[in-house]
Amino acid sequence: MARFGMVIDTKRCVGCMDCVVACKTENQVPAGFNRDWITTEVRGKFPTLSMEIRTERCNHCDNPPCVTCCPTGASHVEEFGKIVLVTHDLCIGCKACLASCPYDARFIHPEGYADKCTFCIHRVKEGKDPACVAVCPTRCMHFGDLDDPQSEVSRLLAARANHALIPEAGTKPRIFYLT
Amino acid sequence: MIELTTTRANHLVDPVLTVWAWQIPVYLFLGGLVAGMMIISGYFLFSGRYKNTRSACFVLPGLSLVLLSLGMLALFLDLEHKLYVWRLYTTFEPLSPMSWGAWILVLVYPALIANLLLRVPGPLRARVPALGELSDRMVARPELLRWIGAMNMIWGGLLGVYTGVLLSALGARPLWNSALLGPLFLVSGLSAAAAFVHLIAPDVRERELLAKADNGFLIAELVFIALFLIGLLSSTEAHIQAAGLLLGGPFSALFWVGVIGIGIVVPLGVQLLAVQHRVAHTPIAPLLVIAGGLALRFLIVQAGQVSHWARVPGL
Repeated sequence: MARFGMVIDTKRCVGCMDCVVACKTENQVPAGFNRDWITTEVRGKFPTLSMEIRTERCNHCDNPPCVTCCPTGASHVEEFGKIVLVTHDLCIGCKACLASCPYDARFIHPEGYADKCTFCIHRVKEGKDPACVAVCPTRCMHFGDLDDPQSEVSRLLAARANHALIPEAGTKPRIFYLT
Repeated sequence: MIELTTTRANHLVDPVLTVWAWQIPVYLFLGGLVAGMMIISGYFLFSGRYKNTRSACFVLPGLSLVLLSLGMLALFLDLEHKLYVWRLYTTFEPLSPMSWGAWILVLVYPALIANLLLRVPGPLRARVPALGELSDRMVARPELLRWIGAMNMIWGGLLGVYTGVLLSALGARPLWNSALLGPLFLVSGLSAAAAFVHLIAPDVRERELLAKADNGFLIAELVFIALFLIGLLSSTEAHIQAAGLLLGGPFSALFWVGVIGIGIVVPLGVQLLAVQHRVAHTPIAPLLVIAGGLALRFLIVQAGQVSHWARVPGL
């Protein structure tokens, strides 16, 4: 069974927010909330500055603390693609998963349950890319099976320098940024 | 310099996590207080102190039931998907401290009710004679009393430790990354409970005993807080910054004045003099201890949410 992940080329990302709009439209994310977002990181001291623009979302970690802390099993790892999901009618809204996520990727949906990126599992099951990947105008986003050495994401990770976010938290995130 | 800019502005998450307001600190405090009261009343039963008819151990189970229920009400008020609260009891998640807590509460209530039945209040005894007869039969069996005492101590201990483990299992917040939070919250609960029983105990010898015990608990609490901070300060940069939130950051006033000063050092000084009979016992010291226990829960919950692996705003 596949283990889906994302590879994002920060040399191509311009922070246009098309991915954000696509996600909100595809998943009917309520106004004022985001399942994905753009982060701009500026490092250094003028005039030797460097900037990285990233599109961020739930990292669908291999070691997801949001799943282990959930008291009802609402947060779980789906067998299909090892995608981390929330079963809405099991969630009691205790917010432990929000507190357990080092990426602050979750929020409480206005209807009361914890919500976050699903890697657009409904599209992926139909053989499509997640909405954010599909609309990216610079083609900086890549989605695929990290366990398949021939997949596009695996080949990019083998060929290019990359990093994950907050690896020191030990969650083994599955979104990688090419640098 | 590293400057992060984000387009995300999710409610309760940005700019810093604020998912838990007053309800969770109050729940953790009341849970700890009840845990301490269960251990104390369980010990009184186990050690035979129940033979003293004025012993506070007969008042504690009823009070514990009320306080624990208030704590659970606070917890319920915190839930965002309230109608689904029953889902806690359709599964047991062994890796989730919150699931453990939900099931521990199921064990705590029968232990408290068994303890409560040992002294059925007069009016209730008159109205429901069967309860009085059951109570008489229970009291006539010393082995059963010891069992009820032991159960109250064990479940009380689990409840007290759980209130700290609940937070320490959430690895994303460096301030909470300490196994010492469990013992710290347990000893803080014991301290608040000893202070509470000190306030209400009718027997002067029991009051004296509890003041002495409370002094021991307060000293242990200081030691645990010191070890907790040493553990953070000798860890990663994120943990050092988390300790800085308490030691010299935005939460330092609450830490130094509320928790350490008013909550531990001042009442400890007063009670040390009181048990040596240099000053009279005063309700002020135990009241300060109880306020300090509440302040500790607010401090750890609020500062923990601000602490972060990636950044600590304000530092």
